[in-house]
Amino acid sequence: MVSGLFIIITSQNYIKKIVGLAIFQTSVFVFFVSLAKIIDGTAPILNSINNVYSNPLPHVLILTAIVVGVATSALGLAIVLQIYKNYGSVEENEIKKEELKENS
Amino acid sequence: MNFLIINFFLISILLLTTFYIFKTTSLISIVALTGIFTLVCAAIYVNLDAVDVAFTEAAVGSGISTILMVMAVAKLPEGKKNQLLNLFPSIVLSVSIVIVLMLIIANLPLLGDPNAPIHLHVTPEYIKESKSIFHIPNVVTNILASYRGFDTLGETIVIFTAGLGVIVLLTSNTLNRKTKFKKKVKKNEG
Repeated sequence: MVSGLFIIITSQNYIKKIVGLAIFQTSVFVFFVSLAKIIDGTAPILNSINNVYSNPLPHVLILTAIVVGVATSALGLAIVLQIYKNYGSVEENEIKKEELKENS
Repeated sequence: MNFLIINFFLISILLLTTFYIFKTTSLISIVALTGIFTLVCAAIYVNLDAVDVAFTEAAVGSGISTILMVMAVAKLPEGKKNQLLNLFPSIVLSVSIVIVLMLIIANLPLLGDPNAPIHLHVTPEYIKESKSIFHIPNVVTNILASYRGFDTLGETIVIFTAGLGVIVLLTSNTLNRKTKFKKKVKKNEG
């Protein structure tokens, strides 16, 4: 999880930052789902063989969150494309350089 | 016991993938590695009994997300060699977050403990009523569509807004910085 945060802060490339955000999200999801696990339980689909089910509530929350996460990264990618159209680069340091040149 | 060994193996693959994402500079291989990452996460979900989450992750996280990223990367130039910025503060931040999280995890109930507080409230009722009232054997679908239907409605609104944002960003030419800059210069002269 923290490695995702590390990638977000240290990398220059905006695509790589978005990938870091996705890693961050997914690892939080894995943590959430791991709270729902019961030892010897099965998937929460009712059947006549097994009576112990894992907790379905975190699964529902994470289902929602996965789809929202994809929407977020799609929006981020659209912003990156627009940045590339205007600055001709997706590297943070090059964009900063160009901004400085323009302001002076 | 078997469960823990499989989980350990999958999580070590995740760590390896993250390390290579950090190391690589080529954008298209970063996208491919992200696909691997989410697919391994789907395997972890199956191992943790979250079947519905697993196939959503495999279809949406690993499929659609990767396709979107490939479409974006196709229009961008190759990634440059990465110079790391803010290296020292980010290492300090990461290590301190790891320490705080480990302290919290030590206080959580054990993995798979059936008497953890999360398993004792609302959920037993959901599982009991699912068959008798709603006649749906899949409890996750039942909660998603009936008990928490408004939640799902809110989710669709979020996706709709994101889609609108993407369309506006990709079709607009008014944001062009150079023309705006020229206009600004003209205004200053005039």
